[in-house]
Amino acid sequence: MESKEEIKKDKEPIISIRGLYKSFDELDILEDVNIDIYRGENLVVMGLSGAGKSVLIKIIIGLIPPDKGTIKVLGRDITKLKGKELDAVRLHIGFSFQGSALYDSMSVRENLEFPLRMNRKKLTKQEIDAEVAEVLEAVGLKDKIDVMPADLSGGQRKRIGIARTLILKPEIMLYDEPTAGLDPITSDEINQLINSVQQKYNTSSIIITHDLTCAKTTGNKIGMLLDGTFKKVGTFDEVFNPKGDKEVEEEIKHFYNYNFIE
Amino acid sequence: MTRRSPRKYFINRAIDNYFMGVYKAWSFIKRFLSEAVKPPYHFREIVHQCYEIGIKSLPLITLTGFVTGMVFTKNSRPSLVEFGAASWLPSLMTIAIVRALGSLVTALICAGKVGSSIGAELGSMRVTEQIDAMEVSAINPFKYLVVTRVIASTITIPILSLYCSFLALMGSFLSVHSNEAASVKSFFLNGFSTITFLDVFASLTKSIVFGFTIGIIGCYKGFNASQGTLGVGRAANQAVVISMFMIFIEEVIIVQIANWIRYY
Ligand SMILES: Nc1ncnc2c1ncn2[C@@H]1O[C@H](COP(=O)(O)OP(=O)(O)OP(=O)(O)O)[C@@H](O)[C@H]1O
Ligand SMILES: [Mg+2]
Repeated sequence: MESKEEIKKDKEPIISIRGLYKSFDELDILEDVNIDIYRGENLVVMGLSGAGKSVLIKIIIGLIPPDKGTIKVLGRDITKLKGKELDAVRLHIGFSFQGSALYDSMSVRENLEFPLRMNRKKLTKQEIDAEVAEVLEAVGLKDKIDVMPADLSGGQRKRIGIARTLILKPEIMLYDEPTAGLDPITSDEINQLINSVQQKYNTSSIIITHDLTCAKTTGNKIGMLLDGTFKKVGTFDEVFNPKGDKEVEEEIKHFYNYNFIE
Repeated sequence: MTRRSPRKYFINRAIDNYFMGVYKAWSFIKRFLSEAVKPPYHFREIVHQCYEIGIKSLPLITLTGFVTGMVFTKNSRPSLVEFGAASWLPSLMTIAIVRALGSLVTALICAGKVGSSIGAELGSMRVTEQIDAMEVSAINPFKYLVVTRVIASTITIPILSLYCSFLALMGSFLSVHSNEAASVKSFFLNGFSTITFLDVFASLTKSIVFGFTIGIIGCYKGFNASQGTLGVGRAANQAVVISMFMIFIEEVIIVQIANWIRYY
C-alpha cells in the first residue's frame, strides 16, 4: 500500500503548466505553453533571446500574472493564490535571477541572513550563522562572507545569489541564465554547483540557458521554446537530433549551429 | 512571439496615460494606507530610515536655516527702520519663520535630498530586480521598503522643520543683536508674543503633510521605475520635481485653511 502511494506521489508533477498565454502590450510572448516537471528532474529551457524564457519562470513564481492558463506548483494553482498563501508556496521555490539581484546595500552575510530573519523569526543568532556558513560552503565562497556585492565578480555574484535561495531549503530551483557572461571554466563550476545542489538538497529545477554545455551537463530534459511554445521537449540527443517535423528540425538546427559558432 | 494590432485609447495616448498615472498614484497611496496598519511593522527599519533621512539632510538644513533667518532679517531691517518700526523686527521675523519659512525651506531641501535619494535607491533596486528578489523570498517589498520610508519621512521631516525654524530664529536673533544689543530672552519674548497655537499647529500639520508627500512620491517613482538604468535617473529626477510642485500646492491650500480658521 505504502509503496503504491509513493509511486503515485512521484508520478504527480511538481510543476504543471497548461495552456499558458502571456502578452505585453502589442506583443504576444507566450502562446499555449504546456509542460510538466517531475520530482528530481532538471528541465533546461532554451530559446532565442526575447522568446519569453524569463517571463515563463517569473510567471511560475507569481511575479508576473499570466493572461490565461493554469500553473500548478506543488499541487497549488499559483495564479489563484495571494498574500500569505502565495508566500508559503514561494518559500519552497528558489529563484536565481539573470542579474543575481543581490541587495547592494547589504554585505554578503546580510544578503544571506535577510530571507532567514524575515521568514524564520524564531531562529537564534547561532542557528542563523550556521545556516549562512552551510550555504556559503555549498557554493564554495566562505571567505567572502563580509564582502559587499559590488566587490564580487560576476561569477561570485551568481554563486552568492544561488546561496541566498538555498538558505530557505527550496524544493524547486529556477535558474535564469546561470552561466551567461561567464568564462568557460567559471561556467563549468556553476554547472557543477547546479548538479551538486540538486543532489545535496534533492531539488527539481528549471534552468534557462543559451549554453549547450550547461544544457548537456545539468539537464535531463530539454525544452525548446520557439514562437511562444515548447516546440520540442526531450533528452538532449532527442532534441538536437530531431526526427519528423521538418520545420521544427530546421529551427533547432539553426539554433544549434548558431550557438556552436558562437 | 507575434505582434498584434495596436492598443486602442479612450481619448488619446497622452491623456489616457495621464489619467492612468493619477489612478496608479492613488492606488499606491491606498495600498500604503492599508499595508501600514497591518503587521509586521519593521520598527528597526523605520528607525534606521529616520536616521538616514535625518543625517542626510542635517548639514544642509543647518546652514540654510541659519542663513535664511539671518539674511531675511538683514534685508527687512532697512524698510522697517524707514517707518520707525525696527522694534517690530523680532515679531515679524518670528511670524515669517514659524508660519512659513521653517517648514517650507525644510520641505524643499528634503524634496531635493531625501526625495531624490529614495527615488534613486528604490529605482535601482527595481531595475536590478532586487525588489523582485524580495518578493520571491516571501518578503513583502512594499512593506519593507515603501511603508518604512514613508513613515520615516513623515516623522523626520517635521522634526527637521522644528530644528530649521529654531536655527532660523537664532540667525535672525544674531542679526538683530548685531544692531541693537537685544538679549535672547527679549528677542524671543517679543517674537513669540504674536505667535498663536494655531500658527504652530498649522505649520506642524504642514510639515507632516510635506514629509508624507516627499516619502510617498519618492517611493512611488522609485518603486515603479521602468526597466533600465535610465529609469533610475528619471525616477530620482521626477521624485524631486513632483514633490516640489506638490509642496507648493499644499502650502497654498493649508495657508488658506489656516487663515480661514484664524478669521472666523
Ligand atoms: N515587464 C515587462 N513589460 C513589458 N514587456 C516585457 C516585460 N518583461 C518582458 N517583456 C518582453 O517580453 C519579451 C520576452 O522577455 P524575456 O525576458 O522573457 O526574454 P528571454 O527569453 O528571457 O530573453 P533573454 O535570453 O535575452 O533573457 C521581450 O520582448 C520583453 O521585451
Ligand atoms: Mg531572460
